[in-house]
Amino acid sequence: MDRALKKYFPIFVLPTLAAFILWFIIPFIMGLYLSFCEFTTVTNTTFVGLSNYMRVFSDGGFVYSFMFTTAFAVVSVLTINVLAFTIAMLLTKGIRGTNIFRTVFFMPNLIGGIVLGYIGMLVLNGILINFDRTITYSGAYGFWGLVILMNWQQIGYMMVIYIAGIQNIPGELIEAAKIDGARPSQTLRHITIPMVMPSVTICVFLTLTNSFKLFDQNLALTAGAPSDKSAMLALNIYNTFYGRVGWEGVGQAKAVLFFAVVAVIGLVQLGITRRKEVQQ
Amino acid sequence: MKLKVFLAMMLSLILAAGMLSACASSSGEGAAASEAATETAAPAGTTAAEPASSEGSVYFLNFKPEVAEKWEEIAQVYSGETGVTVEVMTAASNMYEQTLRSEIAKTKAPTLFQINGPVGYQNWSDYCLDLKDTEFYEYLSDKSLAVTSGDGVYGIPYAIEGYGIIYNKTIVADYCALDGAVIASADEIVNFDTLKAVAEDMQARKDELGIEGAFASTSFAAGEDWRWQTHLANVPLYYEFQDKGVDDAETVDGTYLENFKNIFDLYINNSITSPNLLSSKTVGDSMAEFALGQVAFAQNGDWAWGDIKDNEVGEDEIGYLPIYIGVDGEENQGLCVGTENFWSINSQASEADQQATLDFVKWLLTSDTGKDYLVNQMGFTAPFTTFGEEEAPSNPLSNSILEYSASGKTAVSWAFSAMPSQTYKNHVGQALLEYAQGTGTWDNVEIVFIDEWAAEKVNPTAEQ
Repeated sequence: MDRALKKYFPIFVLPTLAAFILWFIIPFIMGLYLSFCEFTTVTNTTFVGLSNYMRVFSDGGFVYSFMFTTAFAVVSVLTINVLAFTIAMLLTKGIRGTNIFRTVFFMPNLIGGIVLGYIGMLVLNGILINFDRTITYSGAYGFWGLVILMNWQQIGYMMVIYIAGIQNIPGELIEAAKIDGARPSQTLRHITIPMVMPSVTICVFLTLTNSFKLFDQNLALTAGAPSDKSAMLALNIYNTFYGRVGWEGVGQAKAVLFFAVVAVIGLVQLGITRRKEVQQ
Repeated sequence: MKLKVFLAMMLSLILAAGMLSACASSSGEGAAASEAATETAAPAGTTAAEPASSEGSVYFLNFKPEVAEKWEEIAQVYSGETGVTVEVMTAASNMYEQTLRSEIAKTKAPTLFQINGPVGYQNWSDYCLDLKDTEFYEYLSDKSLAVTSGDGVYGIPYAIEGYGIIYNKTIVADYCALDGAVIASADEIVNFDTLKAVAEDMQARKDELGIEGAFASTSFAAGEDWRWQTHLANVPLYYEFQDKGVDDAETVDGTYLENFKNIFDLYINNSITSPNLLSSKTVGDSMAEFALGQVAFAQNGDWAWGDIKDNEVGEDEIGYLPIYIGVDGEENQGLCVGTENFWSINSQASEADQQATLDFVKWLLTSDTGKDYLVNQMGFTAPFTTFGEEEAPSNPLSNSILEYSASGKTAVSWAFSAMPSQTYKNHVGQALLEYAQGTGTWDNVEIVFIDEWAAEKVNPTAEQ
């Protein structure tokens, strides 16, 4: 068995590896190179060294977008995970219609970001019109609109992961706690939560990176209006690249920085939550 | 056991969901991309293409989504007549630069594309062929319209457009018939003060007139604010450039921004829509309001005819007013006439393709079929000597533009082609929106208008 695996290993790996190199590694290296270039189209470039990186911060919008995105990530990671976990707890209690509820909560996740953003915009504007406001009235409206939208989209997905985690807890642990006279809140704190830490790791990682990388929903819901006050990092990069003559390289440099930031944050978070996981 | 089965199902569901959501998001992007660019090769042409490819082919990246279907027809007709492949791709509204940028980097790049004037030329100079010695340039009736640099000619306009304040003649006539109307006929609106008095009085008596507001919504949804940040802003910019005797500048002083504020205030305060809701309105919304007879005025250009026709408002009920902003001598001001539609030919395409493209353009401008498409089907006012006087689009808006220029009024040129970048325009638009909503001040509009002009005009490429 082992020998066979070793023998055929390259054949099984090759398609994925080729795809990975072709559509990830090569574009990534090209992107890295372009961040040191001055260009209009990606096939016609002049090398300019670090000047793009020096210009990144001369554009105040980048720092603002970074702060906005960070605040958004903190709020949405908290709300999505708390709500998803709560719903998962409720839907593992065996109440009637459990499957219907699970399906309903999961559905929005099956809709693409752009479409979801437009639906969100219509719904939110439809409500806000009663108060003589729109979703792009100010940055705060856009911020909370995005939080609501992301909650709507992601809670179902995270719920599924949490449900799997909760159902994985051996019944005898819960039973033993009950016999020992633990109250439900104590069971939750000392048994359920430690036992679902692997799911927490995954969910926090997914929500955190998704929040930082958010683009479609942002573009469809507010497009940064008003005055880029609801523009997140990815949208800021997009606008830099496409909206300004001679700023393409700067947009590319921003994208490289963006990658580094998301990678570092993701890895740090993984390290922290992994340490809290317990062995069964 | 039951638990295990359920877990297995859950796991496969998660995996499936992961794949589904990956599909969903990529198809989301795919949908956006295909929305952004509807690619259509002429079927007749594609099959005939292989043998004819040595003769070059044409790939046109169209800027105007509203006439996309017509271009596809043209491509088929031309391919049918000559056997040359013509491929047409249309960029979605406000997505032209993005689409061009990715298309032109391909091996099969557009051979015919559009730049929006001198600023667009700066960006695309590496790709613009010098058209000085071509028949295309020879046909151009007013050579000063072309985009030039040094001795070369790099962009040639294919359509002249005009915009102003479109008004509903019936509503204005109804208003004039009211007791105490400030004017007796629409002809008396010849300056900002009269326009303001009329609009404010109409707004106050809108119930008597059976309308919902004097002006259509000042649309500010994403990508829908070009009528204000570009077209309306053009008027104060034009007067400033007039005073200075220039048509481009590294910095602007904002001499006429106070006038800009006045006209903008007039629009938003006498509108069908509350200022707080403007950010949800689109150009389509406001043209619908006009076409349904709910408002008396809407600022837009002759391209809006397609949105207005076949609705409540009849062809003979439509009139055109210049955009008055309260400048001395504006009684003699005409509509804003100009163009931002310049065709350029890809200098990096093969010579055969360039020649094929020139032939295609020549066919458009000289053959009866081509001219019919341009003028009658797409409604372009084509500025070429090959078009006779009767070969002009006939709709009330285009006619009005001709009448204004015949009456000797001074047309306001499109000074906005000097605006430094799309980002600049967007920021001006957003500042206007915040002012309209009351979340920003007019001072901020002025700061953006003046300071960002200077900041964005600095071409970073030139510094190095």
